[in-house]
Amino acid sequence: MSTPKTEWPLWEVFVRSRQGLSHKHVGSLHAADATMAISNARDVYTRRQEGTSIWVVKAEDITASTPSDKDVLFDPANDKVYRHPTFYDLPDEVKNM
Amino acid sequence: MDLNQRFEAYIASDQKIEAKDWMPDAYRKTLIRQISQHAHSEIIGMQPEGNWITRAPSLKRKSILLAKVQDEAGHGLYLYSAAETLGISRDEMFDALHTGKAKYSSIFNYPTLTWADMGAIGWLVDGAAIMNQVPLCKCSYGPYARAMVRVCKEESFHQRQGFQIMLNLSNGTPEQKEMAQDALNRWWWPSLMMFGPNDASSKHSEQSMRWKIKRFSNDELRQRFVDMTVPQAELLGLTVPDLDLKWNEATGHYDFGPIDWSEFEQVVAGNGPCNRERIEARVAAHENGAWVRDAAAAYAEKSAKRASSQTSAA
Repeated sequence: MSTPKTEWPLWEVFVRSRQGLSHKHVGSLHAADATMAISNARDVYTRRQEGTSIWVVKAEDITASTPSDKDVLFDPANDKVYRHPTFYDLPDEVKNM
Repeated sequence: MDLNQRFEAYIASDQKIEAKDWMPDAYRKTLIRQISQHAHSEIIGMQPEGNWITRAPSLKRKSILLAKVQDEAGHGLYLYSAAETLGISRDEMFDALHTGKAKYSSIFNYPTLTWADMGAIGWLVDGAAIMNQVPLCKCSYGPYARAMVRVCKEESFHQRQGFQIMLNLSNGTPEQKEMAQDALNRWWWPSLMMFGPNDASSKHSEQSMRWKIKRFSNDELRQRFVDMTVPQAELLGLTVPDLDLKWNEATGHYDFGPIDWSEFEQVVAGNGPCNRERIEARVAAHENGAWVRDAAAAYAEKSAKRASSQTSAA
């Protein structure tokens, strides 16, 4: 018996559910290469017409922000409420704005 | 706020924990155990039904059964990748299954003796699984909850196709009806055992409820399953094999007889009718597929090398 090689790389799978929508992460799977990853993704994640297009990305190629950066990255948006339309009081006479 | 306080606050406010968030080791371990066991159950669960694919009574039934067994494989794969987000590798999980270190649902250690078992499994085993799984869609760990949403969407076809088999057999010849009754007799009690030990003796339940991994207790879910299933058995004209079973006007639930936990313990301990056969078949499938995995890996490596030497030559 051959000595088992290390397992196939992990791929993250993104599916466009229908034309007009963006691809959305649905899960991950193992495959030897990109071609196999697409064909496995088809069998694992779209058995019931869940998609019209599939992206696969090697998990190790994704750079993600870390949870500890959450405050640094996202909190500053909190004190800029003037970015939201509700910040502005308008007289009732103004319609449709 | 320290990490543990933040974790507890997330749980308390029903926010999901995601893969990279800090979590207590015990929470991570509990999830790895539960999700990998769940994945193993889906994979081993392919065997009792796979047994009837070549002997399905019609082409239509055969196509349906194939699709169902393929779904079970898919469910196993969603769950393995959810478990991997917690830092365990696929190979480690396979090893744990193949060496008997990891458990899977004990129901799959019972044999499928007749075609009616395909009906009983869909109706009862998948019915019990749905009862267990729907609350898991709200589990506190995001990747597990999302995998369960996909699983639950697909399970309802499984249960309906099983019930339809039971319905056809029950409305068929006396022999067919007897076959359906026999399947109900054999699958009823093991299905009730699928919900796990009574609350008083369930060792993981309390902590899991506190962490919102589990939302309802074993006994609560079991009672719900009985209440839902007994009228369905009546509709089929079949008899649930429990002399103590009766409607309790006061509680608004069915009372049912005591479960034989010694049988459950025997099957969990590895002494069920098919434990050895199931693991042997699983190990053989894994080992016989090794050359395919190796060849695909070698081909991928070679193609990558060729592609990179072409770019460097250009």
